[in-house]
Amino acid sequence: MSWTPSDPMVSIRDVHKSFGALKVLNGVSLDVMKGDVICIIGPSGSGKSTLIRCVNALNDIQQGSILVEGQEVNDPNLDKLELRKKVGMVFQQYNLFPHKTALQNVMMAPVRVLKQDKAKAEGTARALLKKVRLEGKEDAFPGELSGGQQQRVAIARSLAMQPDVILFDEVTAALDPETVGEVLQTIKDLAEDGMTCILVTHEMGFAREVADHIYFTDRGVIVEHGPPKTFFDNAQDPRTKEFLSQIL
Amino acid sequence: MTYKTDLPVMMPVAPRQPEPFLRLSLWHAVPIAALTIIAASLAFAAADDTRLSPLAVLANWIPLLLQGFVFNLAISVSAMALGTVVGAMLGLGQISPIRLMSSSSWFVTQFFRNAPWLVLLFFAMFLLPFEVSIFGLKIPFPDWFKAILGLSLPVMANVSEIVRGAVRSLPSGQWEAAESLAYTRGQTLWLVILPQCVKRMLPPWMNLYSILTMATVLASIVGVSEVMTLTGRALSAEGGRPELLAPFYGFVLLLFFAYCYPIARFTVHLEKKFAVIT
Repeated sequence: MSWTPSDPMVSIRDVHKSFGALKVLNGVSLDVMKGDVICIIGPSGSGKSTLIRCVNALNDIQQGSILVEGQEVNDPNLDKLELRKKVGMVFQQYNLFPHKTALQNVMMAPVRVLKQDKAKAEGTARALLKKVRLEGKEDAFPGELSGGQQQRVAIARSLAMQPDVILFDEVTAALDPETVGEVLQTIKDLAEDGMTCILVTHEMGFAREVADHIYFTDRGVIVEHGPPKTFFDNAQDPRTKEFLSQIL
Repeated sequence: MTYKTDLPVMMPVAPRQPEPFLRLSLWHAVPIAALTIIAASLAFAAADDTRLSPLAVLANWIPLLLQGFVFNLAISVSAMALGTVVGAMLGLGQISPIRLMSSSSWFVTQFFRNAPWLVLLFFAMFLLPFEVSIFGLKIPFPDWFKAILGLSLPVMANVSEIVRGAVRSLPSGQWEAAESLAYTRGQTLWLVILPQCVKRMLPPWMNLYSILTMATVLASIVGVSEVMTLTGRALSAEGGRPELLAPFYGFVLLLFFAYCYPIARFTVHLEKKFAVIT
């Protein structure tokens, strides 16, 4: 049984995960098709970040299955490097490499990991920095950039690996309010280009605007999900309603 | 409306005066010189004889003592180089994901870090043969070489801890970012983690070097001809005159101070510089 592009790109089935005695994920299932943008929302500690960190094997799972393009992530013989070439990730704290310039941050992995030609990788990196509207900042070190600019470099760095899907882990949560917009705009551009995105976010307005599908998690399970319009205007579960009433 | 308060947090920030690099002025030299001269001349006056004054005697011996001091520095540089290379490998061993590797590196580090330097030096001196033969080739192990080996052991253990500490001090996000870009562990370490650690390791490493330099006089106990051994020999050659003790050992103290103090100041300077950039 081999994977074809008409199958879900990421298929999560009945995933259980605990840290010691603390159960974080209690049987989560969801599918992400190619080109989908899905947003996972929910209260703090509901397991959202853990869930997406399991998709690129930063966290392991104890039970269940995660298939990325048909490749089982919950497999002791998993080739993590191959998986991570397909799955990009952007973090809340940007995690740029502070000793490298913006350009080096973006072109380093393609050169070292994908063994791309240096000149080619640099060309791609410059184009990507332009795409995230950071032309002219190529030689700046992360410490010289604002939070929003750093996060856009991080997005470009992830894109440079040409992943099939990108995970966004609360990427605007650490930003100053005035720079949130520029990062969200960058993600929106990606979504419009057809990039498959899985986002954990607290930006409800943004989720409503860009998501194809919203998942609401609480205490390690998906309580409710649906297209944004149905989800936000016609939530059924009392927990969803309570959460939305607090946040909107 | 203004509120009057003497809460420190409400006070205007006092601009910090930049410190001169050495923080020493000529004035600091006065009490030291005075003390040496007074001690020497008091003892000399009490001795009441017609021999050369203590400072004149010292002046005669200075070239030899300086030679000895240079030998101390040579021992310190070699022991530091050897200890750093082996210690860095041991430190990387400590953070290895292979359990056997990390636990054995940890044990070796702890063992040598918690051992008195002098005991380690004695071990190196008296347990190593004076020569080894490899394939019929006789390689001599002179005393100074054994002293270097003995002193490099505690250096190795301390460097190992410096490396481990620096790697652990980096935020885990750096590892995760590199991992999610499909770097191998080796690439993560060499391209992302260690380059950032060098800055963090430099100040404690230099600190260790100055401690090691001061510890090289321990080699006198096991008979290496370094500055303390030579001072002792010079003193006995002069007939063990008690008034010579203060100027001779005072001179050795000054030599070490003149070498180690700038290193300490430079370390402080680096710490400040790196604290701002991170």
